[in-house]
Amino acid sequence: MTWTELKSSLGDQGYIASDQLAMALHLAMHLGRPLLLEGAAGVGKTQIAKTLAEIENTNLIRLQCYEGLDAAASIYEWNYQRQLLAIRAAGGEESSDTVEDKIFSDKYLLRRPLLEAISQETPPVLLIDEIDRADEEFEAFLLEILSDFQVSIPELGTIRAVSKPRVVLTANGARDLSDALRRRCVYSFVDYPDRATELAILSKRQPALNARLAEQIVGFIQALRKEELEKKPGVAEMLDFAAAIAGLGINDLAKDPQIVQASLVCVLKTQADQAAIPREVSERLIGKAA
Amino acid sequence: MPVTRFPSKSTSVSERVAGFMAHLRYNGMSVGVAETEATLEALSIINPTDPEEVKLAIKSVCANDVDHFERFDELFQAYWFNSNRERERQIQTNEKPHQKNRWTNRSLLEHKMYSSGSGSRDLPDSGDGETEQSGDGRLIASKAFNKNKADLREFMKPEDLAEAGRIAERIAKTIRDRRSRRRKLALKGALLDLRKIARKSVSTGGEPIHLFKRQKPNRPVHLVALLDVSGSMTVYARVFLSFLKGLVGADSRTDAYLFHTQLVRISDALNDNDALRAVNRLSMMAQGFGGGTKIGSNLARFNTQYAAHTVNGRTVVIILSDGYDTDPPSVLAENLKRLKKRGAKIIWLNPLKGWKDYEPVAKGMAAALPHLDYFAAATTLNDLAALEPQLETL
Repeated sequence: MTWTELKSSLGDQGYIASDQLAMALHLAMHLGRPLLLEGAAGVGKTQIAKTLAEIENTNLIRLQCYEGLDAAASIYEWNYQRQLLAIRAAGGEESSDTVEDKIFSDKYLLRRPLLEAISQETPPVLLIDEIDRADEEFEAFLLEILSDFQVSIPELGTIRAVSKPRVVLTANGARDLSDALRRRCVYSFVDYPDRATELAILSKRQPALNARLAEQIVGFIQALRKEELEKKPGVAEMLDFAAAIAGLGINDLAKDPQIVQASLVCVLKTQADQAAIPREVSERLIGKAA
Repeated sequence: MPVTRFPSKSTSVSERVAGFMAHLRYNGMSVGVAETEATLEALSIINPTDPEEVKLAIKSVCANDVDHFERFDELFQAYWFNSNRERERQIQTNEKPHQKNRWTNRSLLEHKMYSSGSGSRDLPDSGDGETEQSGDGRLIASKAFNKNKADLREFMKPEDLAEAGRIAERIAKTIRDRRSRRRKLALKGALLDLRKIARKSVSTGGEPIHLFKRQKPNRPVHLVALLDVSGSMTVYARVFLSFLKGLVGADSRTDAYLFHTQLVRISDALNDNDALRAVNRLSMMAQGFGGGTKIGSNLARFNTQYAAHTVNGRTVVIILSDGYDTDPPSVLAENLKRLKKRGAKIIWLNPLKGWKDYEPVAKGMAAALPHLDYFAAATTLNDLAALEPQLETL
C-alpha cells in the first residue's frame, strides 16, 4: 500500500488526513516505529488510531495515560487475592513447589494494555493517549517496551511480542516529552484543518446536510478559531455543532441568530469564551462566513 | 539561517542525505545517525523522485517537535534547491504543463545533472555576527550564538522573552520537586506497609487480603517572586516579567508580585494563557507607576499582608531587584530578617551584579546581603540559566 492509497482508504473510513499525516502514518507502519502525534485538543489525533484499526481490521488497544500511571496499571499485575485463595484451597495437600508453580502461572496474571498489545496474534493498534500526562518515569519504561517489544516478568521470564503492534502516541503539550522518546518516533503535528478539508470532513460525517449550510458552518467555525478564545473549537466541536444545527432543523445560520447563539454551547466550552462571543460577534462572524 | 552548501560533486544518495542531516544539525535540530538511517529506509519505500513526497517523508522522520516541524520546509528548500534558484524560476514560467517531468529532473537521485555550474548561492553573511567557515564551504551567520551573552536590556524580541520564560519554568521545576525521606501510607508505592496490612488482616481472619503501600510523599517547594519595576529596572522589566510568567506557569501555587513604591499581586494576571499579551499588559501596568523604589516598606507590606499565607519553611522567595532603595537600609534588613524567620529561603537576583567590577555598594544591597541564602547575577539569559544547578542544592 502506498501512502496515497493509505490516504484514500482513511478517507473511505471517514477520516480526511493531510498529506503530511498520511505520509507519517505510512512511514510509521513500514519502518515499524511508533507514530507520535501532537496538536491541540479536538483535531482528530485519537481518531486516526481508531480509523487505522478499522482499516487494518484489528483490535484497538487503548492506554489512557494519567499522572501516577505505573507499571502495574499499564503492563501487568499478579492477581494477588486470587493467588491467596489458591494457597488456601491447596491447604497443605500439595507440595509448596507445585503451589508456587501454580500461582505464578499465566492464569493468575492480570494483563494490562501494554502486555495485552504484544501478546496478540494479529498485530493490533496500540493507542497510548495523552502520553504527556504520564510521569517521566513511565516514559522511560515505555521506551524500553517500544524499542524491544518485550516484557520481562521475574516469575515467568521474558515475554516476547507475538506480533509487533502498530503504536500511536498522542500528546497535547501538557509537558515536554523527552528527546529520547521523540527520536524513536515518527512525528507529525496535527493542525486545525483548512476550510476545504473541514468541509470534506463535514460532508463525510453528515452527508445529509445541504451544501450551503455546511459551508456556513465551516466558515463560522473557522472564523471563530481566529477570535481570541481560551479553548479553540476543534473538529469534534464543529461536528457537534453541525449535528445540533441539523437536529434543530435550521437551514440558514443567518436567519436564526438566536438559536445559533444558544447552540454555541456545543462549541464554546468555558464561561470566559461564551462571554467573549456575544450575539453581535457571532452574527458578524456568520455574516462574514456566508 | 545557516546554509550548508549542496555537495554537488557527490554521487550517492546517502552522501547527500548525510549532508542534509549535517545541514539540519547546524540549524539546531537534533538528528543523528539513527535519523539518517531511517531517512534512507524511508526513501526506499516511497517514490524518491518526487520532491514533495521526499519532503513529507524526511519531515516525518527528522522533525520531532513543533518548532522544527514548522521550520522544516524552509530548511529543506534551502538545502536541496539552493544552487539552482534562478534556473528554477525560469522553468516555472514556461514549463507549467510538464511539471512532473521538471520535478523528476531535479530529483534527489539525479541532482547531479545540475551540478555543472559553479553557482551555488549561499546566504550572504549578515555582517554583524561571528562567522564560522570551514573547508566544505558552509557559511554560518551566527546571531544566534551570541544571543545568550547579550545584556538583557537589549532583549525585546518575542523569542527572547519566550526563552526567558522557558528558563524560568525549568528553574521552577528544579526548585519545586523535593521528596520527603520518610515513607507514608499511600495508594501506590514500591514498598508494602506491613504494619497496616497486619492490622487490617485481623478483620479477614489473619489473611492479608488487602495490601497497603508506602511511598515517599512529595513535599513541593513553593515559589514567591518579587519583582522590582522601579525606574532603574524598567529596561529589564519585560524580560523579568516573562521570567516571572514562566515561574507562575510551571506551578499554579507560585505567587508573584510587582513593587516600586507600592506592592501589587500579579499571580492571577500572569496566568493569562497568551504569554505576550500578559507581559505587555503587565509592562504597561508596571510603567504606570514608575518612579522611586521602596524595597524596605514594600517588603514590610508583603510581610504583614501576604507572607502569613504564602511563606513557610517550604518556600523560596526570589527577589529581582538592583537594590537601589529610597527607604533607609535598616528597614530592608529588618524585614528580610522577619521574612527569614518564617523559615523561607531568600534568593536575590541582581541585574547589576553581572557588570564588571560590580560591588554591592548600594546601601540597601549591603544591608540585605547577610540575610540572603543566595545572591546572584541576572544580567544575561546565561546567568539565569546558570542558576538552575545552584538552586537545586538550596
